[in-house]
Amino acid sequence: MREKVVEATVRALQRAETSLPDWVLQRIEEAAVRESHPLARHHLQFMLENVLIAGERGLPLCQDTGLAVFHVQMGRDLILDFSLSEAIAEGVRIATKKIPLRPNAVHPQTRQNSGDNTGPGMPDIILDYVDGTGLTLTAFPKGAGSENMSLIGMLNPADDPFDFILRSVAERAANACPPLFLGIGLGGSFDLAARLAKRALLNMPGESQEELQLLERINSLGIGPMGLGGDTTALGIKIEKAFCHTASLPVAINFQCWANRSATEVIQ
Amino acid sequence: MTEYHLHTPLSDADVQKLVAGDVVFLSGPLFTARDKAHALMRRAGCPVSLDGAALYHCGPLILDNRVLSAGPTTSGRMARYTDEILGLGVRAIIGKGGLPGEPFQNRAVYLAYPGGCGAAAAQQLQIRGVHLPELGMAESLWEFEAKEFGPMIVAVDAHGKDLYQEVRRSAQRRELS
Repeated sequence: MREKVVEATVRALQRAETSLPDWVLQRIEEAAVRESHPLARHHLQFMLENVLIAGERGLPLCQDTGLAVFHVQMGRDLILDFSLSEAIAEGVRIATKKIPLRPNAVHPQTRQNSGDNTGPGMPDIILDYVDGTGLTLTAFPKGAGSENMSLIGMLNPADDPFDFILRSVAERAANACPPLFLGIGLGGSFDLAARLAKRALLNMPGESQEELQLLERINSLGIGPMGLGGDTTALGIKIEKAFCHTASLPVAINFQCWANRSATEVIQ
Repeated sequence: MTEYHLHTPLSDADVQKLVAGDVVFLSGPLFTARDKAHALMRRAGCPVSLDGAALYHCGPLILDNRVLSAGPTTSGRMARYTDEILGLGVRAIIGKGGLPGEPFQNRAVYLAYPGGCGAAAAQQLQIRGVHLPELGMAESLWEFEAKEFGPMIVAVDAHGKDLYQEVRRSAQRRELS
């Protein structure tokens, strides 16, 4: 079983780094048809060409192969006689050499690079329990360009959280490689809001009416692909909510660039 | 909007003719530098001549002396170094997300390469050499040979025009309305 987890980790990373999920690709393709600004359209087409080149040659789409983030759904009846995080870390070390990945993980102060994308706290594993005995592993490599633009606002309950989101996107989108996917955590506490925002990115696709309206407002800002103007500023948005204190209104925005990479492996 | 195919090192005339919104493809030597290389150059000086150079904000993915993926990184992190880097003779900074336009006035341009397009960029780059290799793969000062590297958009020109700022200001006006 341990060997299966290691191998699934390598396979998931390989796929996540060199291709995009179908639904992501489809949204970029649709935007390239819809987009009315010629420069913005060219950018979207170049992004699609990049995906094609990466797929044909087995190359990472982006040189920023990201921080190793994983989402694991583990069967409640599954008993493991090994450390899951150690097995995934071993997969990351193998993938770093094999794919290869750029070594990105460094000590936060000395900035010393471990060389293999692992270290204390890395990989970051988000764990959920589900029914059964299966194990589903999703690689979600997270690049720094978009992650660096992410933020939390501890708003006044009288504030409009959507105004905060719009203002933040207007100010920050250009650095995050738009068109964006936005994970919003609304409510909860300081740290719960951030976790909800990351989960929102993991949970995409399919927008509610409320999400579609916000998406429309964001696209009306005219920021466009790469922040150089256009109709296509965001391609997806998901809002995850939790109850919060009556005196609080936490809002977290997790920015994700257009290259919204992920790949899932199911282990029996 | 004009399309230019230019060679490095760039001349002052090359820089002066470019206007924000123009499309540029570059051929010739190209130097990468990001966070650590900038910090080290401030302390210890630059190991190469950057006279007329194009400096690429990029931390490439390299294997066996081959460029596998090499798109731009966010330039904003290096904003504090713009003035001294341009003072070394750099005539074009390449990256994504933009830089404050003021230091570029009358001497240099900022070129935006489409972010996230590392695999496509790698097809246009070969390795000539590496400086400051002790900084590691992403942070070394790589010397590339570029062949029709682009498309890049002139986002900040030498005449005071800044596309990112225009788009951001217009977005902020719309957000308030």
